[in-house]
Amino acid sequence: MQISGAEIVVRCLQEEGVEFVFGYPGGAVLEIYDAIFKQSQFKHVLVRHEQAAVHAADAYSRSSDKVGVALVTSGPGATNAVTGIATAYMDSIPMVVLSGQVPTPAIGLDAFQEVDMVGITRPCVKHNFLVKDINELAETIKKAFYIAKTGRPGPVVVDIPKDVTQKLAEFHYPESVSIRSYVPVLRGHPGQIRKAVNLLLEAKRPYVYVGGGAVQGAAEQEVTELVRSLGLPCTNTLMGLGAYPGSDPQFLGMLGMHGTYEANMAMQNCDVLIAVGARFDDRVISVPSHFLSKPKKIVHIDVDPSSIAKRVKVDVPIVGDVKYVLRDMLDQLKESGKKPDPAALAAWWKQIEEWRAPNSLLYAPSNELIKPQYVVEKLYEITGGDAIITSDVGQHQMWAAQYYKFDRPKQWLNSGGLGTMGFGLPAAIGAQLANPDKAVACITGEGSIQMNIQELSTAKQYHTPVKVVSLNNRYLGMVRQWQEFFYGTRYSESYMDALPDFVKIAEAYGHVGFKIENPADVEPVLREAFSPALKERLVFLDFRTDQSENVFPMIGNGKGLDEMDLPPHMRKTDEPDAERDYGNLC
Amino acid sequence: MRHILSILLENEAGALSRVVGLFSARAYNIDSLTVSTTEDRTLSRMTIVTHGSDDVIEQITKQLNKLIEVVKVIDLNESEHIEREMMLIKVRATGKDREEMKRMADIFRGRIIDVTEKTYTIELTGTSDKLNAFIEAIDRTVILETVRTGASGIGRGERVLKI
Ligand SMILES: Cc1cc2nc3c(=O)[nH]c(=O)nc-3n(C[C@H](O)[C@H](O)[C@H](O)COP(=O)(O)OP(=O)(O)OC[C@H]3O[C@@H](n4cnc5c(N)ncnc54)[C@H](O)[C@@H]3O)c2cc1C
Ligand SMILES: Cc1ncc(C[n+]2csc(CCOP(=O)(O)OP(=O)(O)O)c2C)c(N)n1
Ligand SMILES: [Mg+2]
Repeated sequence: MQISGAEIVVRCLQEEGVEFVFGYPGGAVLEIYDAIFKQSQFKHVLVRHEQAAVHAADAYSRSSDKVGVALVTSGPGATNAVTGIATAYMDSIPMVVLSGQVPTPAIGLDAFQEVDMVGITRPCVKHNFLVKDINELAETIKKAFYIAKTGRPGPVVVDIPKDVTQKLAEFHYPESVSIRSYVPVLRGHPGQIRKAVNLLLEAKRPYVYVGGGAVQGAAEQEVTELVRSLGLPCTNTLMGLGAYPGSDPQFLGMLGMHGTYEANMAMQNCDVLIAVGARFDDRVISVPSHFLSKPKKIVHIDVDPSSIAKRVKVDVPIVGDVKYVLRDMLDQLKESGKKPDPAALAAWWKQIEEWRAPNSLLYAPSNELIKPQYVVEKLYEITGGDAIITSDVGQHQMWAAQYYKFDRPKQWLNSGGLGTMGFGLPAAIGAQLANPDKAVACITGEGSIQMNIQELSTAKQYHTPVKVVSLNNRYLGMVRQWQEFFYGTRYSESYMDALPDFVKIAEAYGHVGFKIENPADVEPVLREAFSPALKERLVFLDFRTDQSENVFPMIGNGKGLDEMDLPPHMRKTDEPDAERDYGNLC
Repeated sequence: MRHILSILLENEAGALSRVVGLFSARAYNIDSLTVSTTEDRTLSRMTIVTHGSDDVIEQITKQLNKLIEVVKVIDLNESEHIEREMMLIKVRATGKDREEMKRMADIFRGRIIDVTEKTYTIELTGTSDKLNAFIEAIDRTVILETVRTGASGIGRGERVLKI
């Protein structure tokens, strides 16, 4: 029997086991929306802005093992989706975005709501397709899902002209696809793995550096087994948080620009580094030449060969899926029956404990002002460390990463690579739909939340009772911090004047809002927000936090991993922040 | 250093723009690019001449391989290879220049493929260096127009680029 292209789209999504489609209708996709109306196998979530549809689909992927799906119309719908697509691309998140396109005969004629979606998104997708022939529609969608979730994951766009959704064809969904030009590697090269094992066994100061690849590759068990069985110190990148349990003593905290003192010192001073699905980002190792100025042997495990030797030359590259490669490494280690020199390892741990002792995340508590770090610590306590946390971008994001200890992967969802303000709230909605039984909180700032605040309406419609924890410092705080340190405290356009009454906004959307100004109220209000009474409600918590608080440690531009600016209690002199030497801006 | 890359890719709409887009997005150099279908109509073969440090060339090959439609990439520089470029050059051929242009074309093993009272159009094939040498050798002021294909390359001997 022949069915329409729109029905084919719907059938494909059903075949893929899609539960939710996040989207927004418009002319070019009306046919698809009509087909959605006639089915009940998956639910459509109507967002209030296409960017949010894509973030929600992205977070649905990030917080589950499924592939999120977004659906947008042509032209402005498509361009609105681009920020979301780029966000997922930078963090290697699998996702399928379906966009409507003007009818094939109209393409290229500057038709109403025509944009070259394939052209616009080409640099920020793993792959994209324009479907010109209805007979290729089903197979293309199958390929899109396959490409999105295999190898190095990423977003795939399928652009579908309206006439293709209207034509008729037989539906056949292929069981599997193979693409001769795309064959992702799973197993690592055994010889390379042997070299890695030998290096690790000879190490005096080994270190395991785990990134988002271990989260995406679901390799938490293998990572944990490696670290625990050999007694190694371990760090996670911002994207890797949760891949190794954050509350474990062998975890040294996040590393990088705002990493802990011990995590960064160990990174600089280790002699054998095992990089697991991490890409030596500039926010992590800062200047490559400084990082390599302390000699070390590096093993780099990554599915994407182009991630290897991009910023840093490595000694043992291993191309493969982290889970498989680590499994093989663990097997070889077990076979050898050997362990690294215990005396050397003990000395290394002694050094690490000395770095750890002063606690670089210590902050000065206050009875008058709400310290943002304190709010995150209390949130951690009250949620039993079990909530899914999404975040926006800025200081609050860093405090969330530093003070909430993530014990599971896929528990911490944030935009690391693109750093997209406005990610947090739609992401929380997507995560809540993927995890209906989990508490979901969005740690945000008064700047970021306003970039997608309209999604409070979506949250109402779909009963996603997320808790919005806004660390409202009345500043674009991260920008203000840089201006304080590097621009002589000239706070150019970083003050948020005329802020709305967030409690009223929450209420206007049908939610519950609290404004918290007193440190003593932080804990009770958080308890109330997470109490059974408000379990089914979205609660907006507007914490008026200390405006002058800065994120420490911090590695200034052009500085090395061991040249951090430390919090006041660890400074040798008592110079004020603004007069310190924060390095050269590049 | 100058490298000559051979790329086998799916003969699909948009594949070429992915390759070109990659070079501009990542600030790699393209000195020349040629592309056409192969004996297998489903595949195109592209030759790109680029330059950069070894690290950059390594990234270029990896990034090219990462494109879904790219089937294979080889750096012809890694072993013996042959490269050829074709140039069509239209020159003014009047008076004593007419004799001289004919002589130069012969020396460079070029062929005159179009003749008018005032012009010759010469077809010249060889390495890019040879074509440059020809341009250097003749009087610049007689050149009316040049068009070059960019280099195509192939491995010497038994080495083949195939799926
Ligand atoms: C304000 C701000 C501050 C920041 N500060 C910091 C900071 O202090 N510290 C920090 O760490 N980051 C920080 N970041 C984030 C930073 O920009 C990068 O996004 C992040 O460091 C990259 O993490 P990653 O190396 O784990 O790589 P990801 O971007 O997560 O990449 C994953 C890597 O793993 C590979 N991979 C994926 N799947 C697999 C698999 N199955 N098997 C094998 N390999 C796989 C991929 O090919 C890729 O190379 C900050 C961001 C912002 C916005
Ligand atoms: C869409 C977007 N625009 C601009 C920026 C640059 N930026 C990074 S952090 C930041 C300030 C964020 O302010 P707020 O959300 O209040 O968080 P805070 O730093 O105060 O915690 C800005 C403007 C960005 N990351 N994303
Ligand atoms: Mg703020």
